[in-house]
Amino acid sequence: MDAFLHQIFSGLANGCIYGSVGLGLVMIYQATHHINFAQGEMATFSTFIAWALIQSGWPYWAAFFVTVAISFIAGLVIQRIILRPVEKSPVLTNVIVFIGLLVIFNSMAGWIFDHTIKSFPSPFAQKGMLVTPWFSAHEVGSALVMLAVLFALYAFFRFTPIGLAMRAAAQNPDSARLVGIRVSWMLAMGWGLAAAIGSVAGMMVAPVVFLDPNMMGGILLYGFAAALLGGIDNPGGAVIGGFIVGVLENLLGAYVIGTELKLSVALVLIVGTLTLKPDGLFGKQVVTRV
Amino acid sequence: MSTFIEYTKTKQFRWISSALLLVALLILPFLFKNYRVFQFNLVLVYAVAVLGLNMLTGFNGQISLGHGAFFAVGAYVAAVLMDRAGMPYWSTLPFSAVVCFIVGWLMGFPALRLGGHYLALATYAFALAVPQLLKYKNIEGWTGGVQGIVLSKPEPPISFSFLGQPFSADRWLYVFTLAVAALMFLLAWNLLRGRVGRAMIAIRDHPIAATAMGINLPVFKSVTFGVSAAFTGVAGALGAICVAFVSPDSFTVFLSITFLVGVVVGGLASIPGAIFGAIFIQFVPNVAEEISKSAPWAIYGVVLIAIMYMMPSGVMGLLKKIWAGMQPATRVDPVRKS
Repeated sequence: MDAFLHQIFSGLANGCIYGSVGLGLVMIYQATHHINFAQGEMATFSTFIAWALIQSGWPYWAAFFVTVAISFIAGLVIQRIILRPVEKSPVLTNVIVFIGLLVIFNSMAGWIFDHTIKSFPSPFAQKGMLVTPWFSAHEVGSALVMLAVLFALYAFFRFTPIGLAMRAAAQNPDSARLVGIRVSWMLAMGWGLAAAIGSVAGMMVAPVVFLDPNMMGGILLYGFAAALLGGIDNPGGAVIGGFIVGVLENLLGAYVIGTELKLSVALVLIVGTLTLKPDGLFGKQVVTRV
Repeated sequence: MSTFIEYTKTKQFRWISSALLLVALLILPFLFKNYRVFQFNLVLVYAVAVLGLNMLTGFNGQISLGHGAFFAVGAYVAAVLMDRAGMPYWSTLPFSAVVCFIVGWLMGFPALRLGGHYLALATYAFALAVPQLLKYKNIEGWTGGVQGIVLSKPEPPISFSFLGQPFSADRWLYVFTLAVAALMFLLAWNLLRGRVGRAMIAIRDHPIAATAMGINLPVFKSVTFGVSAAFTGVAGALGAICVAFVSPDSFTVFLSITFLVGVVVGGLASIPGAIFGAIFIQFVPNVAEEISKSAPWAIYGVVLIAIMYMMPSGVMGLLKKIWAGMQPATRVDPVRKS
């Protein structure tokens, strides 16, 4: 029973991370209707920046917040410089540009920080009030951090004028522009936020899976699965989808199919959701007019 | 100058230039060392794979980030048949094609409901999952698990020397691969320039109008997926024969991205473009690797984005533009002139 509970709780902890990766995807999807394939590699690169800062003697939380700020600005700049010219281009062009970004970040991480696997510190003490028989301090800590991020995002979109402007720009760009919202800048804000969320997810997952340039490959896939399962246009859905994917992955991995085929679970989930219920569990049904 | 351009349009010129090209291609392997010949073989293999992806993405508008997976399936089918069933290497190609056609066709069904990004996503997931599936321990008896399968290169049927170079296994494979690649290009050309090709392009450009014109959308899209996968599968089988080794880790998601780079560089919806794309993905990393291990991928990324900005129709588009610029001005379409 303890082992079973442990699987469930560590599944929930993983689910937080998948959910936050999914959240980054939903942020960009809502604003631009594009799926950002480079989300995972951007997060990995941010984590490398944090690692470099910590290596050079910075305290953990200082490095953490500086990394989040750098990621936000980097996301903003990427949208302004690289994605704005192709904003209105066909889907294929956008996918190719995203893939270009993916390989650039992946190779730059390997080039600058080397391909060796690095350990990344966890900010949560191994002994303390957070430790229980079922989950480790890092699992609880990262879950709390992710929930805090989620809550902050909710508050940002619900209660601040700029959050409202971003929602307006995503929902109806033309009308938003007419009332004086700078829609293109709102998209850039969305990119910045997505990059910032991604960097938090990267820093939370790095102590578990260890840091290397391909760290996020599998996690991004689970993030996709989480986002799709929850409905690609629903931020809360992405988080719940993340929990479902995390628990499912852990239970299936431990009891049914073994750890080697875990990625196939994500594949089946993605293809299954897209074919059987394309709007996800909590998504809005989209009707397109001919 | 203009008389030469007129002459290039005659049938006689076509025959002479094709014959010269064939002779040049056959002499080529004897001018280089064995390792270079091996690289030429891979160029031909990649050209077929890129052609397969281009058929789907360039002509039919279905984005696939998972063609490395079909390449892997083709390679494994060929390797398992050669290693476990003892079949001769040349007879494995049709099997790879059929198996990949079926897998691609099945993949084409969810693809019917998925447009654009979602299809890219599903195929990306497929490409990520396949190496893991190949390592699965219950099929280890067939696939050799993580170790993969080591094959031996086929011996050339005749032995002779030409220009001081022996007719080695790699040179024989060059001739074999060239023949298969030529056949695949001919098939693709026949398929794409006619009714079927026009239907595929119509689906890409306007699916609703295409349906209204009487094109059976589900059948065309899923069969295109299957045929495209079959082309890439044959390339995979050829790759397995040329390299004489398959292992799960040679077919990562980055292989799929490499094919996409090939398609984009050569030119979307261009058949001869596949050759330029293949030359690019074979030789540019070789040169770039001298700078750093990561340099090839950084260059790929920059090239992908730069081409999307500056010449979306790739190398072939550029060549066509140059060729059109060389034409005499009198050949302007009278309708367009008025």
